[in-house]
Amino acid sequence: MTTKVQTNASGASPVVALLAGWLVPGAGHLLLGKWVRAGLLMVSIVAMFAIGVALQGKVYTPNTGEPLDMLGFAGDLGAGLLYGLARLLGWGQAPVLVAVADYGTKFIEVAALLNIVAAVDAHSLASGRKRP
Amino acid sequence: MTISHFSAVLLFSLFISIVFGITQRSEPKKMVRFGALCFALFVGGTIAASWAMWLIKH
Repeated sequence: MTTKVQTNASGASPVVALLAGWLVPGAGHLLLGKWVRAGLLMVSIVAMFAIGVALQGKVYTPNTGEPLDMLGFAGDLGAGLLYGLARLLGWGQAPVLVAVADYGTKFIEVAALLNIVAAVDAHSLASGRKRP
Repeated sequence: MTISHFSAVLLFSLFISIVFGITQRSEPKKMVRFGALCFALFVGGTIAASWAMWLIKH
């Protein structure tokens, strides 16, 4: 029995592209040789995350017991290594007291969700489901 | 860091539109067009909603 595996020009596996794209924004597209797309995705997602942190937005943590916080944590995980870096350096742990900081929380959350969208796009490109 | 509410809208819309354009379309020309459409809808929608709230208040 043989399994038909769709390949792409770069030879990167879809799962590797997905994981790379999740861990580092734009890395999935970079593996596939899509330099311009990778650069734009990386700059957009990292800038959005950084602006969110600079606005003193909240980086969600697990085990707070609040359902909305748990959802926020699940979303934030989409940022991959950026989330790990933020937790490691203690970013986004101050209480949100002003409207602009609440915007920051949304910037961080949306950056993480966009990173998932970008990683899935890299997977689709690698598997041949999306035209390169 | 502090930014105005409108600057926040512009930045938010810009970054989302770039990612949407790249991920939701296959050809570069269509990516740019879709990204521009998303940006216009985000910013236009926010301005329209702001005026609607102003009108409701007054």
